[in-house]
Amino acid sequence: MSTDTKQVVTEEKPVEEKPAAKPAAKPAAKPAAKPAAKPVELPAFEKSISDKVVEKFGDKIQVEFVKENRVGIKVNREDVHDVAEFIRDGLNYDHVESVSGVDYPQDKEIEVVYHIGSYSDSSLAKQILVLATRAQREENPIPGKDATKLPTLRDIFYSVEFHEREVFEMFGVYFTGHPDNRRLLLPEDWADLPPLRKDFAIKGR
Amino acid sequence: MTNELPPGLAIQKVDERIMTLNVGPQHPGSGHMRIIVQIDGDYIVACDPDPGYVHRGEEKMAEYRNYITNIPHLERPVIHDSCNVLYPYVLGVEELLGIEVPERAKYVRVICSELNRCIYIMYWLAIYGIFLGHSTMFMWPAGDRELLIDLMEKISGARVTHAHFVPGGVRNDLPPNFEEVCLRQVNYFEKRIKEYAAVFYDNPILISRTENTGVLSREDAIRLGTTGSVLRASGVDYDLRIKEPYDVYEELDVHSPVMKEGDSYARSKIPWLDMLESCNIIKQALQKMPKSGSVRVKLKPNPKGKGFDSVYKRVESGRGSLGCHIVSDGKVEPYRLKLSVGSFRNLIALPYLLKGEKLGNMPSVYWSLNYWPVEADR
Repeated sequence: MSTDTKQVVTEEKPVEEKPAAKPAAKPAAKPAAKPAAKPVELPAFEKSISDKVVEKFGDKIQVEFVKENRVGIKVNREDVHDVAEFIRDGLNYDHVESVSGVDYPQDKEIEVVYHIGSYSDSSLAKQILVLATRAQREENPIPGKDATKLPTLRDIFYSVEFHEREVFEMFGVYFTGHPDNRRLLLPEDWADLPPLRKDFAIKGR
Repeated sequence: MTNELPPGLAIQKVDERIMTLNVGPQHPGSGHMRIIVQIDGDYIVACDPDPGYVHRGEEKMAEYRNYITNIPHLERPVIHDSCNVLYPYVLGVEELLGIEVPERAKYVRVICSELNRCIYIMYWLAIYGIFLGHSTMFMWPAGDRELLIDLMEKISGARVTHAHFVPGGVRNDLPPNFEEVCLRQVNYFEKRIKEYAAVFYDNPILISRTENTGVLSREDAIRLGTTGSVLRASGVDYDLRIKEPYDVYEELDVHSPVMKEGDSYARSKIPWLDMLESCNIIKQALQKMPKSGSVRVKLKPNPKGKGFDSVYKRVESGRGSLGCHIVSDGKVEPYRLKLSVGSFRNLIALPYLLKGEKLGNMPSVYWSLNYWPVEADR
């Protein structure tokens, strides 16, 4: 499993590097309406958040992008629980706004992206921390009974409960440790592929 | 999962005092969803919400359509609040494509978004009223809502599902004389909703039914990650129009209502106060709006992002924060589009609030969550 992830990380780099390079060009073009012509370097506050995570975890994590109000972090599935715990206790984030799954059949992986925000810390009110991790993808999935598994973050962020249930039914990513892994939106007798996977084709298209 | 019976049908060994009750999906008191409650006499001991009866696969559909053809179907989850549903998507696509929107379009968007917020809240208030047995509160909002629907019809040509926001601005400019008509109708609307206080919000029957029922504390509201009126009724001052202002909200004077009680009464009052604030914002926007100018940037046909990129944009909708996560792979269609909606996020509070509550209080607690089943299912 570890060799698999390593390989993917090296594969991913050239593709994932692009968004990281982007903010440099973007602030000059886009938020020009707000403060007059932003400097080209990365936004300072967001940079300090990502620096804290890097300082704590070193090369276990990968900073995907640092944009205005958004910091993207990518971790291996073994470390996602520890990183999330640090995000809550060390960085004062307190709730998850959204959990999206993204299917990458070409990498044989399914990415789960947590968008984490904070209500209690007013300096973080604008910020969203984007924590992404990847689960192994199966060609013929048996949801809950194959290798597509991730540790749940429900014991850290209570708010992910329904979001993770949705990701499980829509992508087949089983969250180990989640107290309630039943279906939420899909019919109980759904017997097809998890429908948001890329290989589930919709009729007539 | 394979051998288990569906929830609510499974045979459970229970105390003979406990009875399982399926509320919905046909029952009008539950909206388009099912709430499985277990009751001991008159008290709810456990509750399991079962949404998904109006799941339409918006997110899957979005992967097959390009950034422009996605507009009309993405607003379907909440047709009364269609501008606000499209708002984060449009902002996200603009960031992906690197478009700068004209100033006047931003103001038009703010006006549309606030009008839509009121239209949605009036509809919700009508339903809330009727399920508490207050038929005046059904008739009045349903009638007064027409004032604003009329305005939206003048702007976009459609009473609901306007499809008015497009990446790069809005579809059409405001009709001639709109400012005058809008100001007149909004002023009258404001006068009307202030009258609701006497008939509904100060009504001792409503107060006795909703006060101290379903109390959500500040800590729990944060822990459960609730949003919008539910969050603000529990004393957390968090409104994206103030905290992360988008478009021109920065230039407007927005005061978002906050209450500390966290009970059904506070949760039902916050949206009403929100409407008063919306009227205020509309009037400011009408005043500050540039009187002429372009409202739309012409896009190239089939716009596409520049390689792999992802954005997460959020706005304050009628039901709270509404986020849109778009992953682009440089093609004309989004690679993945996820809507994180307020209703879905607030649903998690329902089992928590109903535990220990009387069954008769279920409608008041459930509808006070400002929950829209169709939006939660997407």
